[in-house]
Amino acid sequence: MTARSAPSPSTGEGRGGNNVPPAIELRGIDKRFGPVHANRAISLSVPAGTIHGVVGENGAGKSTLMSILYGYYQADAGEIWIKGRRRDIRSTADAIAAGIGMVHQHFMLVDTFTVLENVVLGVEGGPLLRRGMERARAELERLEREYKLEVDIDAVVGDLAVGLRQRIEILKALYRGAEVLILDEPTGVLTPAEADHLFRILRALKAEGKTAILITHKLREVMAVTDNVTVMRRGQVVATVRTAETSPAALAEHMVGRKVLLSVQRTPAKPGREVLRVEGLQVIDGAGIARVRDVGFAVRAGEIVGVAGVAGNGQSELIEAIAGMRAVAAGRIVLNGQEVATRATHLTPRALRDRKLAHIPEDRQRMGLVVPFAAHDSAILGQQGKPAFNIGPLLNQRGIIDSCQHQMDRYDVRPDDPHLKSANFSGGNQQKIVLAREIETDPDLLLVGQPTRGVDIGAIEFIHRRLIELRDAGKAILLVSVELDEILGLADRILVMNEGRIVGELAAEEADEQKLGLLMAGVARAA
Amino acid sequence: MITRRQGALAAVAAACMMVLGAGAQAQEFVPALVFDMGGKFDKSFNEAAYSGAQKFKKDSGVDYREFEVTNETQREQALRNMARRGATVVVAIGFAHATPLQVVAKEFPNVKFTIIDGVVDLPNVQSVLFKEQEGSYLVGMLAALTSKTGKVGFVGGMDIPLIRAFACGYRQGVVAVNPKAEVFENMTGTTPAAWNDPTKGGELARSQFDRGADIVYAAAGATGLGVLQAAKDLGKLSIGVDSNQNHLHPGSVLTSMVKGVDVAVYNAFKDAKAGTWKGGIQNLGLAEKAVGWALDDNNRKLVSAENEKKVNDAMADIVSGKVKVVDYRAGNSCPAK
Amino acid sequence: MARSSDDVPAWVDLALLPLVNLLAAFAIAAVVIAILGENPFKALWVLFYGALGYGEAIGFTLYYATNFIFTGLAVAVAFHAGLFNIGGEGQAYLGGLGCGLVGLALGGWPPAIVLPLAVLAAMLFGAAWAFIPGYLQAKRGSHIVITTIMFNFIAAALMTYLLVNVFIKPGQQSPESREFDPSSWMPFVHEVAARVGITIARSPLNMSVVVALVASVGVWVFLWRTRWGYALRVVGHNETAAVYGGIAPVRVVIGAMALSGALAGLVGVNAIMGDQHRLILNFTGGYGFVGIAVALMGRNHPVGICLAALLFGALYQGGAELSFDLPRLTKEVVVVIQGLIILFCGAFEGLFRPRLLALFRRAPAPAPAKA
Repeated sequence: MTARSAPSPSTGEGRGGNNVPPAIELRGIDKRFGPVHANRAISLSVPAGTIHGVVGENGAGKSTLMSILYGYYQADAGEIWIKGRRRDIRSTADAIAAGIGMVHQHFMLVDTFTVLENVVLGVEGGPLLRRGMERARAELERLEREYKLEVDIDAVVGDLAVGLRQRIEILKALYRGAEVLILDEPTGVLTPAEADHLFRILRALKAEGKTAILITHKLREVMAVTDNVTVMRRGQVVATVRTAETSPAALAEHMVGRKVLLSVQRTPAKPGREVLRVEGLQVIDGAGIARVRDVGFAVRAGEIVGVAGVAGNGQSELIEAIAGMRAVAAGRIVLNGQEVATRATHLTPRALRDRKLAHIPEDRQRMGLVVPFAAHDSAILGQQGKPAFNIGPLLNQRGIIDSCQHQMDRYDVRPDDPHLKSANFSGGNQQKIVLAREIETDPDLLLVGQPTRGVDIGAIEFIHRRLIELRDAGKAILLVSVELDEILGLADRILVMNEGRIVGELAAEEADEQKLGLLMAGVARAA
Repeated sequence: MITRRQGALAAVAAACMMVLGAGAQAQEFVPALVFDMGGKFDKSFNEAAYSGAQKFKKDSGVDYREFEVTNETQREQALRNMARRGATVVVAIGFAHATPLQVVAKEFPNVKFTIIDGVVDLPNVQSVLFKEQEGSYLVGMLAALTSKTGKVGFVGGMDIPLIRAFACGYRQGVVAVNPKAEVFENMTGTTPAAWNDPTKGGELARSQFDRGADIVYAAAGATGLGVLQAAKDLGKLSIGVDSNQNHLHPGSVLTSMVKGVDVAVYNAFKDAKAGTWKGGIQNLGLAEKAVGWALDDNNRKLVSAENEKKVNDAMADIVSGKVKVVDYRAGNSCPAK
Repeated sequence: MARSSDDVPAWVDLALLPLVNLLAAFAIAAVVIAILGENPFKALWVLFYGALGYGEAIGFTLYYATNFIFTGLAVAVAFHAGLFNIGGEGQAYLGGLGCGLVGLALGGWPPAIVLPLAVLAAMLFGAAWAFIPGYLQAKRGSHIVITTIMFNFIAAALMTYLLVNVFIKPGQQSPESREFDPSSWMPFVHEVAARVGITIARSPLNMSVVVALVASVGVWVFLWRTRWGYALRVVGHNETAAVYGGIAPVRVVIGAMALSGALAGLVGVNAIMGDQHRLILNFTGGYGFVGIAVALMGRNHPVGICLAALLFGALYQGGAELSFDLPRLTKEVVVVIQGLIILFCGAFEGLFRPRLLALFRRAPAPAPAKA
């Protein structure tokens, strides 16, 4: 194990340089959950007025550490120093009093309240709302101007886009007097434009002397916005470096503990026969809104067709319609030369599986797995009726566990215990379980949604390599991803979706981030 | 399932109990009472039995054992336990005890059993039935005589033959006075909860008052309390049941159809103690003063002397056999619609 | 099992914790009893002895437990499909009607024919009664909690109508049918035992208890060892994943409710064919509702349900003895004691949990390498 391979420049700078104590200093924080040693003697110093990145794979202990700082958990050992003073943080109230604010990955907002009401919630300032509200309004308007948050304080939260809701969380923290802002995976739900706006806000905060801690696994963002970055692995700090002096590859190596290929090597595709054809497809959701409008394309054996787009522009509905999970309002879908869905009728997901379709869903927690089930039970989802898994009316328990064990070994799932609850695997390993299950059915067409969302860097490499191998083995793959790197790295042809329509198609060679970005934003249309 | 050791244990326990039981039997007179579901404080049927037993306790100084049944399986168990643990006379309240008593009474031929509202044809069982239809006939007459609108109401508890007999007697009395009178009839429900739902009783009464009734007869246990309250609130009249309920809302309760469950329980205990207890079926009506209508200071002003005379005349006619009141239970039908 | 923590010894979670909860419930109950002026130790002894102290008591306890196993299993099966079936009461009522009709119609036929038919009829009627709410939930989105509770009332109304107007013996005060021919009675356990030369005390315990044990094993096999049970559990845990996995939630919801109703309907066999031998009103006596507590306490697993059913059976029987022997402890007090146990073992289950688990987690275990 690499122990602190880099010196801790921030500590030196914070203490010695201009004699300002660091905004946050953690000394020897240690935390166990039963047998799991989540944080081991962690020391970390964040100078005031900087943006500090904390990166690491899932389960590296970043969230635990931040939860200790914000008072959700208490450390078994160690000290927290804030602005040069030792503080006991036993609850979130203590953390707020110490000037720490947190923006959670999942927002803690009341949808039916206005922005103002949400911000004031919990700090109403007296039994009568009116006076507190008026004071709050003035203060919020000031904050909102100062940091260019661009939020309408009287809007109802439920009506706002995700990016705006996040800014309300920031506003909430600032209103409570936060000097240090912790952001937990803040860009996971944002469009590229929204993410850029967030970074502008963070820089404005920094200019005002506030401190931000950014927890993320996206190295590009770390490189773009932070001053210093701490890398964690297996509950330990393995490096703290200045951002300017490092590179994504170096960070990735620290995170995983070995060299990682950030882009996969591949040869040009050799497309074969047509496996999937979609014509004039329209999908209408439960609320009566057309999510997919007049979409048509084809996927051939031996190629990966990527669908790029900002999340929520109809990609999910498109893939679910092809998988038989959504009704088709117009148009048709043809699989292996056979019509499988029209307005009048469509095959069920089960029937489509029998016709050699496999589907790696974009949300493995909600769709791909049954989280409370043992891994071997999740590993037969969709194939529970397969003869190999049944003996007469009974499930072939032995066979199911053996098959799961076999898949775990082949796909390097860790820990390789078929009896472990699906929920107890890390994101990457959960994804590998789904991947193994779907690929092992030997499909003709593989639908893949967001294959690396929330997946560790090491696993991303593995998954990407697998997909290329499958392509080379002559499978047709339809890949939906909001990660442009992923699309650019894997797809042979790229379709761009905006507001339910395909607004452009590019060959891999001619695509780049800028072209795709303009198409995704709906600004440009490709010929 | 039950091992030999447990079997042996059971035998020892049973033996102990027999010794204890025998000892108790030899020494003293032990009366026992098994209530019906609904419990002893239902302000009505069971409570009447309870007050009869309490009166006996006060008069004789002899305490009694009691048990409140909470499910069907317990009936037989409770009767057997009473007999086995040395009860001399066991009074079972409610018709639902008839079938289990059939079994238990055979097992304990030396124990005296009295069942209220049910019939068991065994030498050691005394079956006490009431002619509820006769008392209901009288209060029906009084209702029709007092009503200004020609419309009267009836709120029953659970829809069972017993309550239909109340309703049928009431209808016959109403029609005897005013053949054109309208009778609104509602049952509160189909589960035992119907005996204990004053809110719903009040609602049913209100709806009958809204339709023009000015007197409502409640034969519904504690549910009837809601009926009486509704009548009081709306300035209308009500008729109570089982015990004399005139005092609950003086000036608003026209009268009460009194059913002598308390007397029956008291007599069973007293006779058994005195050695004059006899088996067989007792069918108690107006003639035996086991049912009747209540007239006291609380409702004196509501009943004119003329009406009082008419009702008392009818009572005499029924006792003499001149007027026959049909029992719904005899043919599961009612002559008065 | 549903929530067993991965990092404490199983016996802590499955045995020690329930025991601690039970003791806490008894401690509070003891205080209540003492306030009422009875000796709590004597009361608890009467409760215990009255439930398990002698053969007849054990028989009654097991008779009640049989009912609770059926209704507990019914709640659990629905629960695994993500449904809250609180209509066990009505389904049990209808199940009783089903087997009662067989008993009335086939009097005098050999038991080998009548009894299986009665069991089948009870299951069919119970299933039909649950099928309708299931169908309404799956196809029309009517909430199952509302519809099943409504169907309890409809069942009560239907039974009252049938018993008061159709099945009643003419000239009879009590709304009940005639007694079935003894050939169609579910044999009592004490009779069966007597036939093989074992003498045990007389009680309503009948061979339905065997049906209950078979049903428990059957439910376990079905839920955890068949693809249909698998589909049912997937729907219950994650409907989106079910659709993804080619499982039709509509069919599963309807099927799960029918199965749940069939299990509840078996109460009818125990109470009507096994004990009363005639159709009567209110024989379900709240077993359907207690089934919810039994399933909750048994963690929706057949083994847990059998144990919880035994506990509730003991409480029912011991509670009756309690108010018999100590008249100051009325039936309401017995209900309070039962309620305390439900409260501590069900609703407050988390009360001692964190502390107890922490206690056992502290014990330093060698950390297995987590990749």
